[in-house]
Amino acid sequence: MDISVIIFYIISVVITGGALLAVTSKQIFRAAVYLIFSLLGVASMYFYLENNFIAAVQIVVYVGGIVVLIIFSIFLTQNSGHRLKKPDGKRVFFSALSVLSALLLTLNVIGNYNFKSNSNNTIEPEIKNIGMQMLSTTQYGYLLPFEVVSFLLLAAMIGCIVIALKRN
Amino acid sequence: MKVIGIEHIVFVSTVLFFIGIYGFLTRRNMITMLMSIELILNSVCLNFVSFNKFLYHDKLEGVFFTLFIITIAAAEAAVAIAIIINLYRSYKTIDIEEADELKF
Amino acid sequence: MNQGIILNIINSTFGLSAIIFFPFLSFLILGLSGIKSFKKYASFIGIISILATFILSSIVALEYFFISGKTADGFVKITALNFEWLKFSESISLNVGILLDPISVMMILIVSFISLMVHIFSAGYMKDDKRIKIYYSFLSLFTFSMLGLVVSTNIFQMYIFWELVGVSSFLLIGYYYQKPEAVAAAKKAFIVTRFADLGFLIGILIISYYSQSLDFVTIIERLTGESQYLNSSVAVSFLGVSALTWALVLIFIGGAGKSAMFPLHIWLPDAMEGPTPVSALIHAATMVVAGVFLVARLFPVYSLSCPAALDVVAFTGVFTALFAALIACTQTDIKRVLAYSTISQIGFMIFSLGISGYGGESGLGYMASMFHLFTHAMFKALLFLGAGVVIHYIHSNEVKDMGGLRKQLPITNLCFLFACLAISGIPPFSGFFSKEEILLAAWNSNKTVFFIALFTAFLTAFYMFRLYFLIFWHNKPSNSKSKAESHFSMIIPLLVLAVLTIITGFVPFGNLITSDGKILHSHFHFSFSIIPIIVAIAGIMLSAILFKTKSNKTENLNLENLLKPVKNKFYIDEIYIFITRKLVFSLVAKPAAWFDKNIIDGTVNYSGELTGKVSEKIKTLHSGKTQGYALWFVLGLIILVLVFAYIFY
Repeated sequence: MDISVIIFYIISVVITGGALLAVTSKQIFRAAVYLIFSLLGVASMYFYLENNFIAAVQIVVYVGGIVVLIIFSIFLTQNSGHRLKKPDGKRVFFSALSVLSALLLTLNVIGNYNFKSNSNNTIEPEIKNIGMQMLSTTQYGYLLPFEVVSFLLLAAMIGCIVIALKRN
Repeated sequence: MKVIGIEHIVFVSTVLFFIGIYGFLTRRNMITMLMSIELILNSVCLNFVSFNKFLYHDKLEGVFFTLFIITIAAAEAAVAIAIIINLYRSYKTIDIEEADELKF
Repeated sequence: MNQGIILNIINSTFGLSAIIFFPFLSFLILGLSGIKSFKKYASFIGIISILATFILSSIVALEYFFISGKTADGFVKITALNFEWLKFSESISLNVGILLDPISVMMILIVSFISLMVHIFSAGYMKDDKRIKIYYSFLSLFTFSMLGLVVSTNIFQMYIFWELVGVSSFLLIGYYYQKPEAVAAAKKAFIVTRFADLGFLIGILIISYYSQSLDFVTIIERLTGESQYLNSSVAVSFLGVSALTWALVLIFIGGAGKSAMFPLHIWLPDAMEGPTPVSALIHAATMVVAGVFLVARLFPVYSLSCPAALDVVAFTGVFTALFAALIACTQTDIKRVLAYSTISQIGFMIFSLGISGYGGESGLGYMASMFHLFTHAMFKALLFLGAGVVIHYIHSNEVKDMGGLRKQLPITNLCFLFACLAISGIPPFSGFFSKEEILLAAWNSNKTVFFIALFTAFLTAFYMFRLYFLIFWHNKPSNSKSKAESHFSMIIPLLVLAVLTIITGFVPFGNLITSDGKILHSHFHFSFSIIPIIVAIAGIMLSAILFKTKSNKTENLNLENLLKPVKNKFYIDEIYIFITRKLVFSLVAKPAAWFDKNIIDGTVNYSGELTGKVSEKIKTLHSGKTQGYALWFVLGLIILVLVFAYIFY
């Protein structure tokens, strides 16, 4: 068996295992830590797919930003050592049932689908290429969405402040 | 690289997606629900990247969309946490079951 | 009095409608204003309005009988006002107006006069009542509807006012609504008369179908003499009886309901639960003669086109007269005696109409009936008002609580005596003249009826004097209470009515009111009246022997077993209860109620419950729980995917 396959399986196990623990752990802080593992696993999958820039962004924004934010809010709202309430048994059963059936359905579809590539040339996803194309104004340029997203971030920031502002 | 087909990665992302869904449906704490949403977004990003990599390697759109999704996920997480904190102030809890006044 | 003024009133729309609308105005003012306002002046307002009505109607009566209504040989019908209100078809329309003819003018006069007396009397009688304002507004409403009834130009207008009269009677009988008996009596009166009115309505429909009109004058014109309308209505028959006869009998059933003819008389004795002045006004003098008035109004049709229906009228009347007189002899409630005597006297009027012919000498019965109606209104109102004074004084209706009151109530005693003499038919009191005419008419047409009527006259004298002696003699007079007859307003009407009771007999009625409008010169047969006077005196003597002093003569006679069915009013009430409760209720009403409750209501309720249950279920989906929504969302998504996969894959 090829080493890359083994690496792939390891990464897959880290991603899914971390995610599974993140959604089932009884302690919220541990769940956050498992989430970090899962997100790092995704980042390593990007590395595995030779997409270094995305992997870096993933680590910086997700692990460094969002998860830290989540941990902060955990500190703000939870008492430490406090165990999470058990979810409703009936709901767990139905959720698991629907999720499993949907998973099997989707996996079945994917397994039966014949993925085929029609592309011939290859653009390497290097930073330079990504930057050049994203910020170009030509046909496949993404300057406008880029700007819109920046506006969105600004709006979200202001929105957060307004929402979280203490009212007297 | 040829050994690992696109199917495998899509398999992984699907599993990740449904784990996220499962967490969203069963977790009662809003912060953990937010985590589940992050998992779901991640699985989508993974799909984009892998499709870009395996099927449309002459383009970069998959990468762009991943970037945008990550950006928007950051914004969304910030807003969500602001809302959660605000709810916590009013209800002294962030249990989603308690905040059911939406029906009125 | 200036002729010009008189002419102005009868010819002006305003003047004539004011007769009817003064009471209506007072009803509106008293009924619609607040509870507190006018309370002190309620009686004043009521009396003023009815006084105005009375003055106007007297002027109209004078004017009608002496100037405008009079022609060379009699009186004409004047349709003074006629507004088309609702048009049902080309020929049939519902009009509202005022018809002046001898009987309606006489009725206006009687109604407004008796009503005035009762209004004045009530000012004293009801002085301490908290709801006096309501009382006066009801009285005014009644007067309004009764006046509207008697002047109707149109049979449908009459029906409308007929029902209004029923409603105001219902309201006044149930005036003491705290008393369950009063409520029951009000319901009984309303239901019984309403039931009879159904016959009236059907009769109206039949008669208007054949005569193609609702107008009284037109109906009478078309259904008498040779005409296509009459022929068509006689040609059709149902159960061997012609359509016209059916119509007239049905209309008479309506009249019998209001006039308390057997077997629809059961409501009137119970109606005495109302205040006594109300009984005087409604259940003695005015409303109960509405049936007589109705038959008199359509009398040409009855008499000329359908003698069979008139026979029904006659036999109902004579039977009721006897029947009620028998019961009246055994009752111990003062007002009930008077009620049965009223029924009996109305029976006289009815059979007198029934045996009468149309026009000329044979029309004596009609004239006598109207005459008796007129005199009866006076002396019966007097009797009731006198009874009202007694009841006001004793606070009881039972004769056993009374006795020996002649010292405490001297004026009442005298007035009551006059009224008793009048009703017994002793000259020169008014009742004598009218009763003589009735008996004479009976003698001329039907001997059987005459003898029954004579016996009834004997009974009348007997029971009226029984009542009189039981109230005013019987016991030793006690001089305990002193405040008797202190109310000025209660004594005045008594005196006025007493005077009228003496003098109204001398009114030359034959010159005023006759069946065909032509003057009837009735000859007074003194030789004929000897027997009735003797009979009446015999009745008085008998009751004097039995009841003048307290003794055990009645017990000695040992009539208990014989009188038991009479005392129990011949079990008519029990028969009614048996028919309604046992037969109608259990055989018809109960299954119908079951069907209604279980099948119809069940369907409605079940569909309602089903909707409720379904919405309960749906409501739980709408729980406000975000994750619940999300779960449904996911499930729906899976189903959608499956569906699309099935379709496209």
